Amino acid sequence: MGSARLAYEETFDCVQCGYCLPACPTYITMEKETHSPRGRINLVKMAAEGNITFSELEGPINLCLGCRACEVVCPTNVQYGKILESAKEVLLEEKGRRSFFQEFVFGKVFPNKKLLRAAGAGISIYQKFGMQQVARKTKAITLLPEPMRSFEAILPETQGIGKRAKFYPAAADHPVYKIGYFTGCMMDAMFSSINTKAIKLLQAAGCEVTVLDEQTCCGALQSHSGHTKVTKELAKRNVAAFEAYDLDYMVNSIGGCGAMLVEYDQLFSEEDGKWKERAEKFSRKNVDISVILSELELPFKHEINKVVTYQPSCHLSNVQKRTEEPVKLLKSTPGIQYVELPHQHMCCGSAGIYNLINYEASMDILDEKMKHVGALKRKPDMMITTNPGCHLQMKLGVEREGQTDEIEVVHLVELLAVSCGIDT
Amino acid sequence: MMDEVLGQIRNIIKEQKRILTDKADLYSYSYDASFGVHLPDIVVQPKSAQEVTHIMKLANKHLIPVYPRGQGTSLSGGPLPVKGGIVLDFSKWDDKLEIDREDMVAIVSPGVLTSNINDAAMEQGFIYPPDPSSSHVSTIGGNLAENSGGPRGLKYGVTKDYVIGLEVVTPEGEIIRTGGRTVKNVTGYDLTKLIVGSEGTLGIITEATLRLYPKPQGNQTLMAVFDEMADSGKAITNILSAGILPAKLELMDNASITAVEAYEPLGLPTDAEALILIELDGHPAAIADESERVRQVCEAADAKEVIIAANEQEAENLWKARKLVSPAIVREKPTKISEDATVPRSKIPAMFQRLKEIKEKYQVDLVVFGHAGDGNLHPNIIADKRDKDEMQRVEQAVEGIFQAAIELGGTLSGEHGIGTLKAPFMEMELGEVGLDMMKRIKQSWDPNHILNPGKIFPEPGQKLVLSDG
Repeated sequence: MGSARLAYEETFDCVQCGYCLPACPTYITMEKETHSPRGRINLVKMAAEGNITFSELEGPINLCLGCRACEVVCPTNVQYGKILESAKEVLLEEKGRRSFFQEFVFGKVFPNKKLLRAAGAGISIYQKFGMQQVARKTKAITLLPEPMRSFEAILPETQGIGKRAKFYPAAADHPVYKIGYFTGCMMDAMFSSINTKAIKLLQAAGCEVTVLDEQTCCGALQSHSGHTKVTKELAKRNVAAFEAYDLDYMVNSIGGCGAMLVEYDQLFSEEDGKWKERAEKFSRKNVDISVILSELELPFKHEINKVVTYQPSCHLSNVQKRTEEPVKLLKSTPGIQYVELPHQHMCCGSAGIYNLINYEASMDILDEKMKHVGALKRKPDMMITTNPGCHLQMKLGVEREGQTDEIEVVHLVELLAVSCGIDT
Repeated sequence: MMDEVLGQIRNIIKEQKRILTDKADLYSYSYDASFGVHLPDIVVQPKSAQEVTHIMKLANKHLIPVYPRGQGTSLSGGPLPVKGGIVLDFSKWDDKLEIDREDMVAIVSPGVLTSNINDAAMEQGFIYPPDPSSSHVSTIGGNLAENSGGPRGLKYGVTKDYVIGLEVVTPEGEIIRTGGRTVKNVTGYDLTKLIVGSEGTLGIITEATLRLYPKPQGNQTLMAVFDEMADSGKAITNILSAGILPAKLELMDNASITAVEAYEPLGLPTDAEALILIELDGHPAAIADESERVRQVCEAADAKEVIIAANEQEAENLWKARKLVSPAIVREKPTKISEDATVPRSKIPAMFQRLKEIKEKYQVDLVVFGHAGDGNLHPNIIADKRDKDEMQRVEQAVEGIFQAAIELGGTLSGEHGIGTLKAPFMEMELGEVGLDMMKRIKQSWDPNHILNPGKIFPEPGQKLVLSDG
């Protein structure tokens, strides 16, 4: 046994009422209690008590999306995220360092901007690192040719990051807020123009924006796969970077990273000395861009006469608890006709790199999601997202349904930028 | 032997993924929302009455226990496989949900979620009234087996009042139909009502015909706050004797009010002894008149405040207090023992007194809320099941609650069922002969005792156990 331990005590908070079942995407698609939140919590408890082995626990844990929709509906506030991550950490430790690929990508590539950009400024981290070959050699990840082909087909044109300024003054004389902008790794590598548009929107709304040189990867993917030590190191670097500036908020446009950032405080305990307090302060200051923009006035210029629906990012809704702000922004955009997606709070199946590791399971969930899109009485022209992972997944969903020409997948920031006449 | 049985089950069930034998799977069907972990040998997810008959015949041949299960929300141990064997998970069999406008009935598969029936009925201008608080999770099959109630029970009755026909697989594996599509039906014994509430011990429900009601045109929510518990009791009695029948009439005691307020400040009066929440439904003109009369009755019973919701949003806010009771009371300690002992309405004040004495005598954290209008209080004890000493006191307190309910002319269970938890107290309520008559019914329907054995009837020397050991 190593230092990692299952969150056994936390499992007792579950009264097994089952209220989480209808909210769980994998319970719906995989059709058994084993793949439900209540089932997984019980299995963690059973593993901690020695009734089942860690390898028997592994499948149900690895097939969890980590969308945390269960936490929102739980009547007794079970900390599912904590229980899940503890299981991931223990399983990783039990398996030893067999997953060279994950270690390498999470420990070295993501946190290193230069490496990530050098990798081809895009999903090319998958393509150009020869993920398939690595995966085959290490047998770390079951990567089928199909997911590779699927995602290649919908990848955006690689966007060079180009030269981005470090400081963007406010449009007005006195900045409403002094903002530090968090770029993220995948986001900046694949959708750097969204980041640039986001910064310009903040500027236009009266904020001054600093892009912190010292920032690094948020650590979400590392944390979700049990690499807690790496995550903590990354968190410390981001906290320290933030502290070096005088900022009102740290803002990001990435639902998944944002969720990690607002939970940094949970990575540290009293044993970490001052870090707990520093992380708490940092977490409180981190918000999604929709929070700031919906509070301020945007200089809308163009009407966008489209029927628009929105697939919320689970981590924005369920962890950051920001459900109203993006919708408020959508509804305030001139010309937009907003239609609510049925079962919008069900995950799309992207879930970090879940769709690459568990491709088929992810596609079952995506098909379910696309059924809901298909059930809309008014056909949408646009599908709005608030996280790059969801963005790619929804693009794939639209493509799989043969609707690429009818439904455009757009990040909320892109939509707002068009309406405000912001062009990078 | 189990291997041979499994081989034959594989011939019965076409899709092999509906047969579960992995250890992680078996542990996932070893519990419900009550207490105890009991491992089955096999879990099967049937999707037709034919599959169920074959499995029952097989189980009879090999004398293997069979445990029907919905989504495992039972608070009394209904689906627990206490003697191992086969769990039949019906939650995936939800393909039929038909609303017949002319006959005003719904025809449903056993795995359909109860709230989905009501939603489908509402689209056609009807309601399916039984509304257990778990209705968005629980299956209709489970509701039928346990004869579930809910807040609307006061006005509309409970599950059994809405079932007029069933398709049932008998314990020996034959398919029968009981009742039909008519409200009136006196042809022979009423087997429909016998099966409903039999907790899955007499037959397996594979389809049900349910009555629907016209959807009420409007509703109105009120909240009344009292300094004295006795006054709230008086108000409840007087509302009903004034000829007003609310759809819901819920009560929260001081412990639940303060717990909710500490959990999420809603501006509730934490110094109040009790508050009642009332929902009236019907024609808008009628409920406008009734809500005014309810206000007068409450004020005459010394309510210190009566709030009438001005709109839907306000009504929702008032009900929020009741909804937050559960999360609020488990903040200090995680284990919630939810009892549903029920007394005649007139005995509510006496029951409150008895509960207060039990709380003091056994030093337990007892909170009372629930469906006061029909005497179905929910005394909840909050504890920590890791604390053995505390759990012993809880077990004694629970026994005390049962005793009190029966002495006041009430019953062990209003809506949760007997299952494993309350079996030891059956004779206390029914007497030796009363219980024996029930056993004879069981014996004649299930001669090999293979359908949900270990439930309702106590094993020799069985005692209340609230631990997972």
